[in-house]
Amino acid sequence: MSKAGADPRAARAGERSGSFEFVEGPTGDLTFLARAPTLEGLFAAAAEAFLAVTLEDASLLEPREQRELALEEPDLELLLLRFVNELVFLRDASELLLRPQRVRVTQDGVARLAATLAGERIDRGRHALRSDVKAATAHALRVSQTPEGWEARLTLDV
Amino acid sequence: MAAPAQLVRLGPASFELGTDFFPGMRVPVRVFGSEKLVAEMDAQVFLQAAHVATLPGIVRASYCMPDAHWGYGFPIGGVAAMDVESGVISPGGIGFDINCGMRLVATRLLWPEVQPHLRELVDALAERVPAGVGSRGFVRMTDEEFGDVIRQGAGWAVREGYGTLDDLAHTEAGGCFSGADPDCVSEQARERGRRQIGTLGSGNHYLEIQVAHADGVRDAELARAFGIERPEQVMVMFHCGSRGFGHQVATDYLHDFLRDMPTKFGLPVIDRELACAPFASREGRDYYAAMCCAANMSFVNRQVILHRIREVFSDVFGRSPEELGIRCIYDVAHNTAKLEEHEVEGRKRRLLVHRKGATRAFPPGHPELPPEFRKTGQPVILGGSMETGSYLLAGVASGAVSFFSTAHGSGRTMSRTKARKLVRGRALQDRMAERGILVRTASLRGLAEEAGFAYKDVEEVAAATEAAGLSRRVAHLVPVGNVKG
Repeated sequence: MSKAGADPRAARAGERSGSFEFVEGPTGDLTFLARAPTLEGLFAAAAEAFLAVTLEDASLLEPREQRELALEEPDLELLLLRFVNELVFLRDASELLLRPQRVRVTQDGVARLAATLAGERIDRGRHALRSDVKAATAHALRVSQTPEGWEARLTLDV
Repeated sequence: MAAPAQLVRLGPASFELGTDFFPGMRVPVRVFGSEKLVAEMDAQVFLQAAHVATLPGIVRASYCMPDAHWGYGFPIGGVAAMDVESGVISPGGIGFDINCGMRLVATRLLWPEVQPHLRELVDALAERVPAGVGSRGFVRMTDEEFGDVIRQGAGWAVREGYGTLDDLAHTEAGGCFSGADPDCVSEQARERGRRQIGTLGSGNHYLEIQVAHADGVRDAELARAFGIERPEQVMVMFHCGSRGFGHQVATDYLHDFLRDMPTKFGLPVIDRELACAPFASREGRDYYAAMCCAANMSFVNRQVILHRIREVFSDVFGRSPEELGIRCIYDVAHNTAKLEEHEVEGRKRRLLVHRKGATRAFPPGHPELPPEFRKTGQPVILGGSMETGSYLLAGVASGAVSFFSTAHGSGRTMSRTKARKLVRGRALQDRMAERGILVRTASLRGLAEEAGFAYKDVEEVAAATEAAGLSRRVAHLVPVGNVKG
């Protein structure tokens, strides 16, 4: 089932734009492949995959609130894992659904992310909700460079 | 189909993979199930169970229950007992939803009395037991009170008026894992969990009204002993866990263990979801203490949901919960690691038994069972799909073969993505209504993912647990109303 390019916000992000599709993985969970020309686009596409699992229509999410996020991990894979798990945490702790508005990913011995996230609080009147992601898992987690840019595989426990 | 050629039959419903199946296996893999169930297991199940067999300190075998399916780290339906001195503790052997479990509740009502009120009941339950993404529970508490919740477990809820002492006697471990230490839990975990007590969650979590028909009772004596006394008796079963609190505890420690495994512990990482720490290490003990906190939160969650169920039934029928005979038959966990004493090669040993999507099933006479279950064995709840019904079973002495562990459900055969391609949620809801099952769901897409055809045949799984000597069937319970998370 391809959800590639399903979100117009991802398309508007220009060269950072990425896409994602759900693929077969552990039977009870949801696994996606994200692709983007840049690392920034890859992280944004992973956030869109999380939102697509959470909401029936992620395009309805409006940038009403912002949060700053700074993360550091030993490698890109653990950075992506931590990033998606931060989105899961903010959903439960603050009832906020967020996507990156600006994101910067660097590698210099360690992998770092600095992002401005924007979104809004869950509003059951406006947001048709779908599945409660429990966590992003490290199962078969992969971030790799491809001739077209970057690709990541991540499994969400739902 | 997917079973490896090296799989050897040991008995009518048990098979073994030798230690030459995968490099580094310390013990064999034992797979329980009928030939059909085992043949239909995904190839990943065998590989994941073999990975588990490489973990330090694993005792006797890495086990797959008859409902096993492809998970992360351990297969779902995976069991591994670790030596407490030389073994490890692994969050991937427990799952993110720590102490996800089942609670079965009896009423004195019969189906003909309930049928005219079914819609009202299901609607009220859907309203009073919040489900789905971002749901908030009705129990408000300070951070200090939350500390009491995770230390004390279901006893806290009973002291606050959300249940009875009888409920605690009918809950695994009395509703409290004794090793809980709130200091081992992150602030993030507390923030995620504090407002979620009394919520179902989503995915495969549900609250179901069921009927025990006379022809579904397999062992009338045991059924009576557990509280299924009359034909057409109405029961309530629900499935949920420790919500965001447990998920965050697992996330935090998995992250830390991944960092420490190659350096501090000198352990190889075969699969990052098998991240682990020596149980005897400070890190391993801290995770165990945090996991116990999450297990306790989950017991409280199910206890306050039972309180809500009592309120709803009482409102709808205009009688008190006592008059309606609403009592907990049993509450059992299926995502935990527990310290237990087991006999291994004629010697009693203290082991840390990981059960991920597997249920403890103590036999008659087991010293950890309360007096009323000493003759019957422990009640075991096997939650089937929302279309096919569920089973009540009992622990048996021959279950020693799997450290007294048995199946926890039907077990998925199909991915969520594939199930959604095959049926639309609305069509499934209509089809179930035609078959007499009223469903309220937080998400129609989520409903489609839980279609009955995405699961193994519950009859086949329950029969296989009996054939393998893991547990015995007591009664099949048929769904009539379902609140799906």
